[in-house]
Amino acid sequence: MSNAAVVNKPLSNFAWVSPTKYERNVATQESKWIKISVISIALAFFALFLVMPLVAVFTEALRKGFEVYWLALSDSDALSAVRLTLLTALIAVPLNLVFGVAAAWAIAKFEFKGKQLLITFIDLPFSVSPVIVGLVYVLVFGVNGWFGEWLVANDIKIIFAVPGIVLATIFVTFPFVARELIPLMQAQGKEEEEAAVVLGAGGWQTFWYVTLPNIKWGLLYGVILCNARAMGEFGAVSVVSGHIRGQTNTMPLHVEILYNEYNFAAAFAVASLLALLALVTLVLKTWVEHRAGTNASAH
Amino acid sequence: MSSIKSFSVLPGFGLSMGFTLVYLSLIVLIPLSAVFIFTSQLTWAEFWAIVSAPRVVASYKLSFGASLAAAAINAVFGLMLAWVLVRYSFPGKKIVDALVDLPFALPTAVAGIALTALYAPNGWIGQFIQGTLGIKVAFAPLGVLVALVFIGLPFVVRTVQPVLQDLETELEEAASSLGANRWQTFRYVLIPIILPALMTGFALAFARAVGEYGSVIFIAGNIPMVSEITPLMIITKLEQYDYAGATAIAAVMLVVSFVMLLIINALQAWAGKRTGRDR
Amino acid sequence: MSIEVKNLHKQFGSFTALDDISLNFPSGELVALLGPSGCGKTTLLRIIAGLEQADSGSVILDGENASQTHVRERQVGFVFQHYALFKHMTVFDNVAFGLRMKPRKSRPSEKVIAEKVHRLLELVQLDWLADRFPSQLSGGQRQRIALARALAVEPRVLLLDEPFGALDAKVRKELRRWLRKLHDELHITSIFVTHDQEEALEVADRVVLMDHGKVEQVGTPDEVYNHPQTPFVYGFLGSVNLFHGRVDDGHLHVGDDVLHDLGENYGPGSEVYAFARPHELDIVVDTQQVSGLSAKVNRVLSFGLNSRVELDGINSAHGQHFEVELSPQRVHELSLTQGQIVKLVPSKLKLFQRDSLHKDHHA
Repeated sequence: MSNAAVVNKPLSNFAWVSPTKYERNVATQESKWIKISVISIALAFFALFLVMPLVAVFTEALRKGFEVYWLALSDSDALSAVRLTLLTALIAVPLNLVFGVAAAWAIAKFEFKGKQLLITFIDLPFSVSPVIVGLVYVLVFGVNGWFGEWLVANDIKIIFAVPGIVLATIFVTFPFVARELIPLMQAQGKEEEEAAVVLGAGGWQTFWYVTLPNIKWGLLYGVILCNARAMGEFGAVSVVSGHIRGQTNTMPLHVEILYNEYNFAAAFAVASLLALLALVTLVLKTWVEHRAGTNASAH
Repeated sequence: MSSIKSFSVLPGFGLSMGFTLVYLSLIVLIPLSAVFIFTSQLTWAEFWAIVSAPRVVASYKLSFGASLAAAAINAVFGLMLAWVLVRYSFPGKKIVDALVDLPFALPTAVAGIALTALYAPNGWIGQFIQGTLGIKVAFAPLGVLVALVFIGLPFVVRTVQPVLQDLETELEEAASSLGANRWQTFRYVLIPIILPALMTGFALAFARAVGEYGSVIFIAGNIPMVSEITPLMIITKLEQYDYAGATAIAAVMLVVSFVMLLIINALQAWAGKRTGRDR
Repeated sequence: MSIEVKNLHKQFGSFTALDDISLNFPSGELVALLGPSGCGKTTLLRIIAGLEQADSGSVILDGENASQTHVRERQVGFVFQHYALFKHMTVFDNVAFGLRMKPRKSRPSEKVIAEKVHRLLELVQLDWLADRFPSQLSGGQRQRIALARALAVEPRVLLLDEPFGALDAKVRKELRRWLRKLHDELHITSIFVTHDQEEALEVADRVVLMDHGKVEQVGTPDEVYNHPQTPFVYGFLGSVNLFHGRVDDGHLHVGDDVLHDLGENYGPGSEVYAFARPHELDIVVDTQQVSGLSAKVNRVLSFGLNSRVELDGINSAHGQHFEVELSPQRVHELSLTQGQIVKLVPSKLKLFQRDSLHKDHHA
């Protein structure tokens, strides 16, 4: 608790990075050793739990050389898994995008009873285990499910087929866009839209020229996260897929099959593609946050 | 319509609300109700027999126990990480900040096999831990914990970080000018303000961990009575075409999820009140 | 206890917040730091408190150099502009905070703390709010609680940053009077920062006027208001008419117009700025009178105690606006019409050498 030296201590421990405002303020700074210890512990934890797994994916994928890696990726089953994954995302993301915009419009721009309940329902899919998501579609569309007999009679396959995979994916990615847009549009209020209507704009014009420019970054943010989850979903899809190679395997399911066959190099090769997707997602996400931030501060 | 909705000059309420409700019902609400409708076809005795079978009870213990432990670990280290990201300057901070969201972006199956590779008896970390401490991580309950820590970390960081960012430095300046030392300021001024957000992050991490499947099944080893998680029990029953069994366990999990959702909503309301932030 | 600052200098990047400030705050006085935003007054207050470090110079508390003393050891009471009350604590706990944070050996018992807190709450007349939370209080009440909290640790000096800045006009006036009364009871050396001249002149024993990181003038409210020493002070305190002219044979030449009786000696040919308060100007309708400044009547505002006449400069003063304050009778006598050309005759003029103004010419 000696006080003489505490005031003029170094600001940042690293000369080449500029200190935060907390490091410059005598009332919000800690002693150098506490600071270094906390940074070390936090970063060690970060490295152990986040960096190491990521590194492991790529090292395992390339362990047997680039040729094996390339072979695993150009395998026809792998390629059809990639195609199915893209197809699924291509259906699920736009549907949830439209839903997200509609829900946010209704919730943010109008006052009605039961709004809070509706928001809770929209959030619901986040708290349901993916396995249960798969299960509910089996209960509805499976052979013994509600529509089972009718579907068999009409020769329509949903479970253990592509429609089931798409449905399960839509469920697990359901809230992503909506929950990004609702708080954003609520914060923006409805004055600008009302001004547009007063000036004679129609509904679609108002949305297109006034609302959309205001929410585009939030929208993009939601879409990026929605897409990452859609391409990466495992549990829910696993239940309804039936794991038919070359037909109902998405990339994550293909990883599982290869892994369970002890074909580790191939499993990690396909996994590395998904890890790359994750990294691209994070880069895009950071970029959008940055853009949205500079946009917000420019207003 | 006019009775539930107040007047507005803006168009599109009917269309957007109609689409929202139809889509929500078709994709989420009606399918989810199937769990409870199927479960209600069981007698109470049947239901109880399924959900209290020893193997299922063992899975609850593991799922809830490991989820609680993982959320607690994440609360401690997540708070530290959020603190470091907001308060301190160090090289590579932006990269660390971006990578915190990795568990949100990385497919769970990929995380699962990566963690298994690391913590397996011959893996980078596994051989070290097993060699020096004699503790088995992968293919044991501890492996489940590791996977759940990975999955839950961003929940804590991302709920605490904005609260830390919005904290006025004036509060700490006031505490300091009143003679409080750094630890007292942290303990009596900062922690009470962060606490609701920290608990929200804890609850979110816990809720996610309880239902997690993809990252866990690879590393868990799935030994009956030892390292089976509850979602795996549902899968196992389904694979045996035991729909009633799967549905009953799912009903139990859903009820837990709904309770968690209520708790999280209440926590968020509390956090909003405590920090003066509106959600 | 006295406060002294010597040669303080503070730089934020390329912005000079404090430029060689030396000041003496005698014991027991209530001093206002007054100036426009960005003049450095808050920085000076925060440096005295120990919340900010000066680049050079020293802070001397009670004859002791405190420059290296941490804020928590300086024993200063600081009241923040937005109060910085701890939202999760009751009013009682907020006020008790400083006492409870003391090291165990000097910490009073809870009973003593409770007595002391209640005494302070009585002093600020809010004893009945002890169990409330800050969110349940009005702005004025929060301000008084913040003050009670700062006083609880028996600070050697009391520092207040824009104490009334966040309050509405009516509460502000009330609290101003109350603060003055409180100071007369406690006699604790106090400094408060404000950008509101009325507030500074009404409350403080002495006023320190600051601009661009420099002290412009120090004095009693009467001194600084009636005898401004710099053009900045003249312009900052009260409204003022400014004209630019040249001194020649004891007269001030403003364009083609000539003003007599300067009362101050300036060398012939000196370029000067002349200041006159609105009430120090009279209007003469007879434009034949040579000694006066030509102007055109724009608007006559007749309400309140005094009437105001707004005029536009003509000839060399084109584009300039003047404001004259007259009694309603005088306005009635003159019966001015819009667009009428009149002469402005100063009863008092204050001249400053032109180069002394260069600094805030742009302000």
